[in-house]
Amino acid sequence: MITAAAMYVAPRLVHLSAVDAAIIVFYFALVLTIGFYLQRRAKTGEDFFMAGREMTAWIAGLSFLSANLGALELMGWAASAYQYGILATHWYWIGAIPAMLFLGIVMMPFYYISKTHSVPGYLRLRFGESSRTLAAISFAFMTVLMSGINMYSMALVMKVVLGWNINFSIWVSSLTVAVYVALGGLRSAIFNEVLQFILIWAGALLIPILGLVEAGGWSNLKLQIAQNASPAYTHLWSTLGSFHNNPMGIHWTGIVFGLGFVISFGYWTTDFLVVQRVLAAKDLRSAKLAPIIGAAFKMLVPFIVILPGLLGLAVLPMKLTGETMAVATGGHSYNEVLPLMLARYCGPGLLGLGITALIAGFMSGMAGNVSAFTTVWTYDIYRALINKGGSDHHYVNMGRWCTILGVLISVGTAYLVMQFASIMDYVQALFSFFVAPLFGTVVLGMLWKRASGPGGFWGLLAGTLSSIGMWAWVKADHSALRYVALSANARDMAENMYRALWSWIICVLVTVVISYMTQPKPVSELEGLVYGVTAIPQEAEVPIYHRPVFWAIIVGAVFVVLNILVW
Amino acid sequence: MRERGISIWFFIGLSLLVNGVLIVSAGVWQIFNPPAKPVVLFHLHANVWWGAMLLVFGLIYCVRFAPRRQE
Repeated sequence: MITAAAMYVAPRLVHLSAVDAAIIVFYFALVLTIGFYLQRRAKTGEDFFMAGREMTAWIAGLSFLSANLGALELMGWAASAYQYGILATHWYWIGAIPAMLFLGIVMMPFYYISKTHSVPGYLRLRFGESSRTLAAISFAFMTVLMSGINMYSMALVMKVVLGWNINFSIWVSSLTVAVYVALGGLRSAIFNEVLQFILIWAGALLIPILGLVEAGGWSNLKLQIAQNASPAYTHLWSTLGSFHNNPMGIHWTGIVFGLGFVISFGYWTTDFLVVQRVLAAKDLRSAKLAPIIGAAFKMLVPFIVILPGLLGLAVLPMKLTGETMAVATGGHSYNEVLPLMLARYCGPGLLGLGITALIAGFMSGMAGNVSAFTTVWTYDIYRALINKGGSDHHYVNMGRWCTILGVLISVGTAYLVMQFASIMDYVQALFSFFVAPLFGTVVLGMLWKRASGPGGFWGLLAGTLSSIGMWAWVKADHSALRYVALSANARDMAENMYRALWSWIICVLVTVVISYMTQPKPVSELEGLVYGVTAIPQEAEVPIYHRPVFWAIIVGAVFVVLNILVW
Repeated sequence: MRERGISIWFFIGLSLLVNGVLIVSAGVWQIFNPPAKPVVLFHLHANVWWGAMLLVFGLIYCVRFAPRRQE
């Protein structure tokens, strides 16, 4: 979403005062202090990689969400809201909430009871070494690349918003993350993510509040958007009956089945970047509650991301354009809507807090990538394939060095993207190749005891290769879009939805067929891993308001009401 | 996380407190020294009341989760 071209054109958007600079410097000092303070509590592998498995539901839940608020999240989705209207909210609601609740209630018991260190680790227990290796290598590779892209995006944002040198932004932010994660491990990453979560809200919430005051409330905002853009920009579902009636060129089937089912469930339930935070919970009830707490806050994120984009449509005096047009005219692009709104309402102090919120968002995402990479590399690649007999102390040291190495690879990727901007699009597409099939493999593994080891491996491989194949097919012949995305009018986002859906179906079909052709694991080896053969602790003695399922129902009900309100 | 060491909520309180003090100070300064190019809705003095809110929350969290209370 945020690419190189537009970021180089616009002049600096805001000028920081001494107070703003002090707030930013204090933020960096505090996250480093937390890292140094937690160093003494990261002595064992369980401490360093799993944060001692002692996080409360609130800390794990907020960290779970914060790790997702990465570099492209805040500014990218605000830009999408300006460009596509309220449809962008789907990525926060149907594209997240059902999956997060499903993770908490259905999947978390198996992750947690199996005591796995990682999602690839679960695949080893359930399907065997080959599935683990495939998932671990693809995850580790993609995670550091994504981290580098996020880093580069952040540096571009800082250049446009503040006029900071790109090299300065890359090295200061990456070294800060490297120091606090290498010192304190996952615990340090989680603590800082909770801090960053609070700062993101403290810094960003004022924009929609003041924006609504200026626009004259929600009703007047809708009227102004209808005049400046189209009434369709403020409807979430009613325009999705046809590919042609909405700004995104997408049909409701793509949103519901592609985004709401496959992509969302794939990301929120199997991407180790977020799941790792929940695995660090202190007990099963906390582990189940954490994604539900995360879901409750996830529902609110559109207020600080989507609403500013919509407000931009109503109150900004200039018309934002696509990147090419912005380059040609010297104007502002969609990607600048959030900093423009920040500069519009925030004076000295508040501006520094808002910029700190952006930096915090970038750093929490980067730390999430790096800590997840470190765990998967150390446990699922290094210990599994290279050095099986090391001591716990050896693996902790490996984790520390790997953190620094992961950051350096990310920095290298950032510079690579700087030279070849198109890499950014390719890597983002590559990342999506693995998510949907992985969800197919994991969910079958958890819910179907007949799924066999070869079935899991070949299903995962077939799903991934088919996703790559469909992507290459459309790249080589654009007319193939009408087959892959069911419409020649489908845009990139719609193509991603349908490609994910097909690759998931292929993964599931191949897994089922191969499983019936091969021997399943004995039931005795599936205990703790699969539904039906795992004793899940009951919560009958716990008051109803302490039960995860109670809060999942509440969050689910609010989710339905919100969707109806902006139907 | 209160059973060992300093709570994360104390660090958060500290962050809100320091940011609140800085933002309120800047807001009060601007009341008496209005800028030549004020932000939109400057008359609402958002930095004063928003900063004050952060300050109060930060103070509450700092006191509630102060390290001495952990022991």
